[in-house]
Amino acid sequence: MGKPMLEVRNLKTKYVTRFHEDVYAVDGVSFTIEEGKSLGIAGESGCGKSTLALSMMGYYFPPLHYMSGDIIIDGKNISGMDPDTVRKTILGSEIAYIPQAAMNALNPTQKIIKFVTDVMRAHDPKKDKNEIREMAEARFSELGLPKETLQKHAVELSGGMKQRTVIAVSTILNPKVLIADEPSSALDVTSQKMVIKMMRELMEKGYIKSMLFITHELPLLYNVTDDIMVMYAGQIVEKGTAKEMVFDPVHPYSHGLMGSILVPEEGTRGQKLGAIPGAPPNLKKPPDGCRFAERCKYACADCRYTSIPEKPFGEGRMYRCLKSVEELKEVYENE
Amino acid sequence: MSENENTRKNIDFAEKPLCLSGRGVTKVFGLGDKKTVAVDHVDFDFHEGEFVSIVGESGSGKTTLSKMLLGLLNQSEGQILFQGKPRDISSGHKKKEYWKGIQAIFQDPFSSFNTFQKVDAVLLDCINMRGGKGLSKQEKFDMMTEACNFVNLKFAELTNKYPFELSGGQMQRLMIARIFLLKPKILLADEPTSMVDACSRATILDMLLNLRDETGMTVIFITHDIGLAYYISDTIYIMEHGKFVEYGKADEVILEPKAPYTKRLISDVPKIHEEWDLSTVDLLNSN
Repeated sequence: MGKPMLEVRNLKTKYVTRFHEDVYAVDGVSFTIEEGKSLGIAGESGCGKSTLALSMMGYYFPPLHYMSGDIIIDGKNISGMDPDTVRKTILGSEIAYIPQAAMNALNPTQKIIKFVTDVMRAHDPKKDKNEIREMAEARFSELGLPKETLQKHAVELSGGMKQRTVIAVSTILNPKVLIADEPSSALDVTSQKMVIKMMRELMEKGYIKSMLFITHELPLLYNVTDDIMVMYAGQIVEKGTAKEMVFDPVHPYSHGLMGSILVPEEGTRGQKLGAIPGAPPNLKKPPDGCRFAERCKYACADCRYTSIPEKPFGEGRMYRCLKSVEELKEVYENE
Repeated sequence: MSENENTRKNIDFAEKPLCLSGRGVTKVFGLGDKKTVAVDHVDFDFHEGEFVSIVGESGSGKTTLSKMLLGLLNQSEGQILFQGKPRDISSGHKKKEYWKGIQAIFQDPFSSFNTFQKVDAVLLDCINMRGGKGLSKQEKFDMMTEACNFVNLKFAELTNKYPFELSGGQMQRLMIARIFLLKPKILLADEPTSMVDACSRATILDMLLNLRDETGMTVIFITHDIGLAYYISDTIYIMEHGKFVEYGKADEVILEPKAPYTKRLISDVPKIHEEWDLSTVDLLNSN
């Protein structure tokens, strides 16, 4: 077992609306990413994937509020830290974040080199300009980006290039954890492949020590990450290795999600897609029992009222359902 | 499952009457040195009841072509035939006539609706457009309820709501309900699922298929996701730099691709039963 790079223990965060209502967006999430490993998070829109990413950075600004739990990066607990300290000491050097709209993250009036300078100087204000340029050029060419990119403005770059530039700039300080929130959703398949290859290279060359990848594209997760975690209504409902999760999902929600995979392979045409009817519960008042019960085909009366803990099984896998693994598998086989 | 499969595999669309076709359709933007040929002499035949996908990367000219099909842009050269006759969109009135036959669903559901119109007003407009102005209130209500039921929305919950109070998936389904009421000959869907998650995507795709089966309309589906195109369509057109490099039945195009571009597109998609080959990517020589 490798050294844990990122450890999250029972993290709870909430949003407070204008009307002072609490929305529990991340509710008791725990997981660990070891050195050199990558973890994927899958789930539908609004299940709390992006909130979890923001919470993990310790970067709390209203309406997002921290409630309880620990976030430990390489042995250092950052939970409850002041956002300003987090920005100066943690972001960029310990944990880097690629936002969902990374394509629009670059200021159009500034050259790319300026962003690199900004990131470097935020952590070391006295850094020499030439030193920064040399370092940036070396890193860019190593990652397959021409070094002329540094002297360009964002508008001169294509979508895929912009995305790769953002990744290169945000990982320039060799962070221990990289959080990528849907980094390739807005790109076509060829640019997407380039972004993924670049992220793999960052891992292989040791510039980043671990990675958390958020997306709703399951075939992509399967090809990119070692482990997959499925999130539903603020909770983790199942966790396992990528292979186990795609070919042998246990929780009814992950089972439904894996049924919606679309790939250009023989046999996928005419196959019935696993659409899950209904909508996720309102997180202002999360249900007492299983949060998926309302939409679950296999739910019974008990599911709605019994709170369900995380149940470990197999080799390091976990799921959250009242039924046993055997019961669920039998149900799926009989369908 | 089997029912769906039959309707999707056994029909030979070449024998069906033509719905929309184009000969040498071209669109050129700019003049002189700055000339860009976005769509370059393309020919196509879309038949009645056919589910056609146009697949290509960003910048291949898909959206320009779709705008020309909708009549939002005039072609620089070539001819577009609607039901066998050259279409006439020279005046506003004629354009409106043409739009009774062709309707669209766009990528971004959030900007597809008028923010000031409530859901029932959106649907009422559709009924009026189809000549239902003289119907009684009850009849209109029944039609709206039927349309909402078709897309698994509850009409009673939606009346008096504004579009922005709905989720992205619900909005996209409301768009389909509009199409259900309008019953156009052709539906043009421009990446309708790229902004919704995998779960709602499955629902929307199934609804489009049902809509096609029920009303017999032609669906032109524009996407960059070749896996999705393969799942849903009868015929696939692959577009590169403004030209169709390959077209044919979905099974032929995807399982036995001939053009190198199609092969590359297919190999670039992450799969689950085959190894995803990252070594083919050349990071340095890309733009």
